[in-house]
Amino acid sequence: MSEEAKQAIIDFMKSKKGKTKHYFNELCKAVPDLKMRAAKKIINEMVNDGQLKYWSSGSTTLYLLPEHADVGKEEDGMN
Amino acid sequence: MALKHKTPLIDELEKGPWPSFISDIKQVAERKPMCEDLLGVMEQSYMDKEGHWKHGGIVGVLGYGGGVIGRYCDRPDLFPAVAHFHTMRVNQPSSKFYNTDILRKICELWERRGSGLTNMHGSTGDIILLGTTTDELEQVFYELTHNLDMDLGGSGSNLRTPSCCLGKARCEWSCIDTQAITTDLTNEYQDELHRPAFPYKFKFKTSGCPNDCVAAIARADCSIIGTWRDDIRIDQEAVRAYAAGEFAPNGNAHGTGPSALDVQKEVCDLCPTRCIDWDGKNLKIWDENCTRCMHCINVMPRALRPGTDTGATILCGAKAPILEGAQLSSVIIPFIKMEPPYEEFKDFVDKMWDWWMENGKNRERLGEQIQRLGLREFLKALELEPDPRMINTPRYNPYIFYDPADVPGGWEIDGVAFRKRHQA
Repeated sequence: MSEEAKQAIIDFMKSKKGKTKHYFNELCKAVPDLKMRAAKKIINEMVNDGQLKYWSSGSTTLYLLPEHADVGKEEDGMN
Repeated sequence: MALKHKTPLIDELEKGPWPSFISDIKQVAERKPMCEDLLGVMEQSYMDKEGHWKHGGIVGVLGYGGGVIGRYCDRPDLFPAVAHFHTMRVNQPSSKFYNTDILRKICELWERRGSGLTNMHGSTGDIILLGTTTDELEQVFYELTHNLDMDLGGSGSNLRTPSCCLGKARCEWSCIDTQAITTDLTNEYQDELHRPAFPYKFKFKTSGCPNDCVAAIARADCSIIGTWRDDIRIDQEAVRAYAAGEFAPNGNAHGTGPSALDVQKEVCDLCPTRCIDWDGKNLKIWDENCTRCMHCINVMPRALRPGTDTGATILCGAKAPILEGAQLSSVIIPFIKMEPPYEEFKDFVDKMWDWWMENGKNRERLGEQIQRLGLREFLKALELEPDPRMINTPRYNPYIFYDPADVPGGWEIDGVAFRKRHQA
């Protein structure tokens, strides 16, 4: 179940063309059978495994796939 | 020493009788190129009348979704030393008690790995370490956790670092152990502090008494404010001594020294519920009408003290004006004992967070969600009954809307007939 959920989240993020950053509750919609707290555990695991990255404005946090999380580009103002 | 950039505009901020952060930065700029360019970019912003910072990004430390706020300058060609100027938030000890050894270590670390500039403390309560580069973040985090026994604080859609007043450590009025509560909540909710999954920020703030020195009622999504449920303790002899001018009123906060206190005018007439009588010899308080405003206790601290059956009032929903207007917290639990291990309170928190996470819109604070969905729905989720003390303005504006199904007999409203009577 856990691996299926992770894949569902990745598929959901890839399906959103032109949008790279996602709120937590948007990721939860990809796994509608899970309660928020269960989804959080899976999303945390994905962050720890490097399958997801955090993006934070300082007040709000979003999630993105590693291919969209290029520190070098961010430093150059491209991200 | 001549600095790299001319700064005539921001030099104006050094004039006048006040301490100036520009003077502070200039002191550090003599040894830190980063601070020289910080002054330069600020001067540039004053000339252009627009900012040259962009904040936010993917930078952080491994496994943590908060504690680091990415910041970049959009003119790295002019100010290369502040091309990255990230902020780190460090979880302050409860009530911000330090010894000089730890302060020296924090300053030494930041001098070596950052700009040397700190903000003690940010409005959330954290130690704010201002300005470092991406490659220093993990190093700073390692040293903080391994050498200083400190951790990063909360930022982003996280639980923010819980904060509290001085509590029983220095205040005779504290009704709860604010430091113990804050330390316990910080340890209990580490996952919520570091791994963001909330719709937006969430703040716990704990004040020992209703004077509310951390302004929990104005700032915290969940305010824990010490209170008592028995009677205010009165030393009648000390009241008479205040009236006779033997003590300085308000603990001499107004610098009057010992002076005769007009108890009727300064205490009884200013009580918001007029629940105090003074006959010139004895003071009588009708405690059942006391709203715990603390005024009488503040004026005559030698004579009046909070009761001994102490605990806390839990209020929810405060926030600053972003999105909807500013809001104060509303009473949700009028009295709770707040004794370790705080199980009753934590059960309440779990239900509150479940409701907020399941129903919250992105960037919606708990108070806004209560406003949008109604206090009734919030209370249902918390399995709490409405109570007359859950009010917006004391004794003026009860705002619970009862569900007809919850009231014996219920009622029906004929909307068409209503509109005929109220046509405008």
